[in-house]
Parts: sequence; structure tokens; C-alpha cells
Amino acid sequence: MLVAPVLLLLIFFLVLPIAVMAGYTFFTFVTAGVETSALTTANWHEFLTDSYYSGFLVKTLRVGAITALLCGVLGYFPAYFIWATTFKHKWLLLLLLIVPFWISFTIRTFSWINILGEQGVINVALLKMGIIHEPLQMLYNEGAVILGMLHFLLPYMILNVYVSLESIDRTLISAARSMGCTSAQAFREVTLPLSLPGLAAGLLLCFVLAAGSYVTPQLLGSGRDALFGNLIYDTIMGELNWPMGATLSIVLFVVLGFFAAVYTRYMGMSQIVKGLGG
Amino acid sequence: MKLTTTKRLERLHDRYANGDLSRRTFLTLTAAAAASAGLSMPWMGRALAAVQEVRFDGWGGTVQDAIDKFAFQPYTTKTKIKVVQGTFGDEDEIITKIKTAKPGDYQVIHSSGVNYYIKYVNAGLTSEINEANIPNMANVLQPMIEPFRKLTPKLSAVPYDYGTTGIAYNTKVISPEEAKEKGAGLLLDKKYAGKVGGYSDMTTRVWYAALATGQDPNNLKDMDAIWAKVRETRDLAKKFWSSGAELMDLLSKGEIVVTDAWSGRVAALQDQGHPIGYLDPAGSYAWMEDMLILKGSPMAECEELINFMLDPATSIAVAEGQSYPPSLDPNKVKLTEKIEKLPAFDKTGTMKSLTFADPTYWATNEDAWTKQWNRISKGA
Repeated sequence: MLVAPVLLLLIFFLVLPIAVMAGYTFFTFVTAGVETSALTTANWHEFLTDSYYSGFLVKTLRVGAITALLCGVLGYFPAYFIWATTFKHKWLLLLLLIVPFWISFTIRTFSWINILGEQGVINVALLKMGIIHEPLQMLYNEGAVILGMLHFLLPYMILNVYVSLESIDRTLISAARSMGCTSAQAFREVTLPLSLPGLAAGLLLCFVLAAGSYVTPQLLGSGRDALFGNLIYDTIMGELNWPMGATLSIVLFVVLGFFAAVYTRYMGMSQIVKGLGG
Repeated sequence: MKLTTTKRLERLHDRYANGDLSRRTFLTLTAAAAASAGLSMPWMGRALAAVQEVRFDGWGGTVQDAIDKFAFQPYTTKTKIKVVQGTFGDEDEIITKIKTAKPGDYQVIHSSGVNYYIKYVNAGLTSEINEANIPNMANVLQPMIEPFRKLTPKLSAVPYDYGTTGIAYNTKVISPEEAKEKGAGLLLDKKYAGKVGGYSDMTTRVWYAALATGQDPNNLKDMDAIWAKVRETRDLAKKFWSSGAELMDLLSKGEIVVTDAWSGRVAALQDQGHPIGYLDPAGSYAWMEDMLILKGSPMAECEELINFMLDPATSIAVAEGQSYPPSLDPNKVKLTEKIEKLPAFDKTGTMKSLTFADPTYWATNEDAWTKQWNRISKGA
């Protein structure tokens, strides 16, 4: 009985919208903003036969993977520090992780323009110090896009790893040390393997969010740095071609869903739930 | 065919929604029908309730600030009807939202002229204005009204302002003489590679490619040459901007030194003291904007609002504030010196000095060209 309300919610807020979207993929595009319900496979045919789309899909997965890996590498250390510190007010450190979420995501992304731009903090400082004579081109490229996504995704990674570290029984590390392990060996043999589920959950979360991103590439990248999400945005909002836009949306949903399914098969979803719950 | 009572009432409602009937007539007829049929329609409550607010969506930034300050705030003071405002960076974005909303959720749009008017018409989103309720339309330039009337004899929109997309350049880097000499060619000058900008919009890109290849933008013969030029600009460009705010940001921060740009936004930058020059090369892309009333809007109130906006005093104040010439005919209304100095201002009132896009021609090619531009902009 208790399952029924949850099922209803899932059907109304998840299954039904996706089903409607899937149905739209078979509609016929007439002209900008106009489509008919005459069924066609033309949208799928275009997606499957046009390498433009598959090229962007591969690029999106590549950028998503790079971002997730960088998040993993850069996020592990702060998470470990927060976990290992003996600082009395550890909650303050955790609060600092959440503080950026109080500011609009778009504003946080825009802030990078004032940092990386030609008249941004970095260029102005380097020019004034005489280290460079021409401003560095740091904006509107793939590097800026990945940096913007790192900024947005790092807290997710840190929280996931931290939660995983918190669940480690510290007596195991003491036992390893008492059996002759150095600190580094204890970390390598005990802490790291036991924190891997959190790291994996963070990687999946960061990968999915990065691959589905479109605001960051729009603001910090050039046209060439667009991701699959930008393709969907342009198709729906620019070309007003909903059937094709729906097709691309379903493709991204299925591809990212595939990675989530693989993760669930081997790791389970509980770690992500723990991480998101703090 | 015999009509059911419900069908009759629905038709009556459509006529009311389209502005063919006043609210009073509509309610009288509906009440009479309801009394005779022993039923009432669900929209009666909505119609009976006095309209407290009108929804307006525009381009934001300095343009909407001017409209708000000089038109909406005085209108609200006068009528007690609040104008609830939204903004968009790209008009296709608002069309998408309108498509997914209920009729009446969005009401008045500051729309980009005839090219977009066709999209609203095709999607069945337009209303029918009762021009008798907008007496100030008598002062509006006829050459601006005619293209709309060609598409729908019963108008859904009233032209409000116009401008050009010319060339803006940083005067610290490019001299006015160089700009005048090179004109639209500045966008393709390799000397400024990595410092060129442009509006991320198919029409603007194709238009400037047409000028660069010496073709008539309203009758393009060699599309391969056009796309080649579009790619050339893309490869020199640092960023294609997608909103007026972004354009102003890129120019004022020196990220780009030359771009095609909206005349009013450049005038706003100049007012702020930025070293930005502007020129309209031969064949520069001219456009007009209109106040479009969507289907399902409270017509009487929307018409009253537009009439208020077209009042010469209001319209002139807005025009000076947003730096775009108003749609008022200079032969009928005395405009100010400031307006006469605005870029794109046509003192003859014939609009013959400006080159507008032929709506029918561009509408025919819009879908294919937009798709191609979207691909090229992403490196294809």
C-alpha cells in the first residue's frame, strides 16, 4: 500500500514526461514551431545517419569523463582533509562546501569571465607584474568550460567521498598501523579501497551532470565547445524543432542512463543517495 | 450543420479572446445564453473578474528599463493595472515557452518584427487587434504597418521601434576612417582574428555574408559562397553573443574590438562613455520591433496599454531611453533632436533608406538556414 503513492509520483513526474517526449520523437516537423502528429521515423533516421550528432555525443562523453576524473582527483584531497582533521568545528568546513550553492549557478559561472577574461583578475595582475605583454586567451575554449564545470561539480564529489570516508571504521587503520604499515601504506591498503564506493558515486554523478550541462559551455565556451545539451537547446529553442529536439533528448537520456545502469549493476545506488544526503 | 449550445458559446469566447467583442458584449451574450441554457461556462469567472495586471515579455536590459520607466510605470499609475514583466535573450526562447503555456499566460511580446510575426501566425498564437481601440496607431509609420498587414489583414501587432544591426568597433583599436573604409569587411579582417564578435543569429550572419559576397540579402543566388563567408567569420570570431547584455559586456570589457551590433545598445555604451564607434555599412540590416498581443490575452487592457505606449510623449521618452527611433511618423509627430540623431533614424518617414529583410523570402528559407547556421556555429 505504501508503495502506491511513490509509484504514482514516479509515473506522473518521471515515466509520463519521458513517454510524452519519446512519443514526440515520432512526430513530423512542419516548420519552426509547428509539428503534426503524423508518425514518422525521420528524426531517428536523421540522428542515426548524420555523423554530426554522433560526433557531438562522443565529444560530450569525453568532456564529461575528463571533468569527472578531474573532480575525482581534485575532490579527494579536500574530502580526506575534512575527514581526517581534528578541527573542533568540522561542520564549518562542510558548510563552506555548501555555501556556493547559495549563489545562483549562472552568476557563479559568469564570475569566471571576470577572472579569466582579457581584463580579468589574472590577466590584469600578470600584465601589471610584467610577466606577460599580451593578455592570455583563457576564455571561450574547452579548458574554460571544464573549469566552469569543475567549479560547479567539486562539492558533489567532495561530499560523496567524505561520506564514504566517514563510514570507514577507524580501528581498521589503527590495526594496519599497529601491524607495521606506514601512514601511506595504511592509506593505500585500507582507506583508499574502502572509500572507492564514494569516489565511484562522485564520478558517476559528476559525469552525468557534466555531460548533461549546457549553461556552462554556452557562457564560457565558443560555439565549437558546445556539448550535446547545447544541440538539444538549439534544436528546440532555436530551430523550434521539437520532434528532433525530443529525439536528441531521449538519446542523451538513454546514453547517460546506460552509464548509471552499469554503475548500479556493480556498485548499487545507495552510495549516491548517502552522498547527496550528506 | 447545427451547432450545439456549447459550440456556440465556445465560438463566442474565441471572438472575445480575439478582440472582436468587448467584454461587456461578451458577458451579456454569455449570460443570456447561460440563463437560457441553464448553464455557465468556466471562463465566466475569469472574465467577470476585473483585469488587475497585464503580462509583458521583452528583451530586458536598457531597452526594457526604458519601457518600464517611461511607459509601464506611468500606465500603472494612471490605470492601476500592473504590468508584470519577463525577459528573454532570444525570441525563439519565448515562443517555446508560449507554446507550452496556456493561452493568456503570456500576453504582450516585444517582438522582432515581421520575420518573427510569421512564426507566431504559423503557430496559431496571434490575436486580432481592434484598431479602433488604439487611436494612436494613426501616428505610426504606414511603411512599418504594411508588411504586417500583408501577412494578416487583421493585425495582431503594432510596430513600435526600429533600428539597424551595423558595425560596432573599439575606437582605441580601429579608427573611424579605417571602419568607414572597410565597412562590413571589418568582420572578415584577419588583423582582428580572435577579437571579432557577432550576433549568434542566422539572419544576421547570412545577411553580413551576403554583403561580403556582394549579393542581395533578399535574393541570394550563391548559398555556398554565403556559408563559406559565415565560416570565415566564425573562424575569426572570439565569441558569438546571444543577448544585448552579453554584447555590451564583450565590447565594454575589450574582449572583442569589432562586431555587428544593435544600434541602440551601442548608443547606450557610448552614453556610458565607452570608446565604441558605430557605422551602418551600405545595405546594413534594418529591423523593426512591434508590440504583439497573443491569443487569449485581455484584449481591451492590452490595446489600452499599447495605445498608451504609442502616445507621442510616452513613445518619445521610451525612444530616447532605449536609443531606438520610435515607429511614429516624423511627418505627423514632432520628434526630438536626440531622436533625430539616433543611428538608423529615417527622417523621411518612408523607410526607403533602410534595407529590411523580405519576410516571405526569409520565412521560406528560415528552417534550413537556421539548421545550417547552428551547425556551422559549432564548428561544422
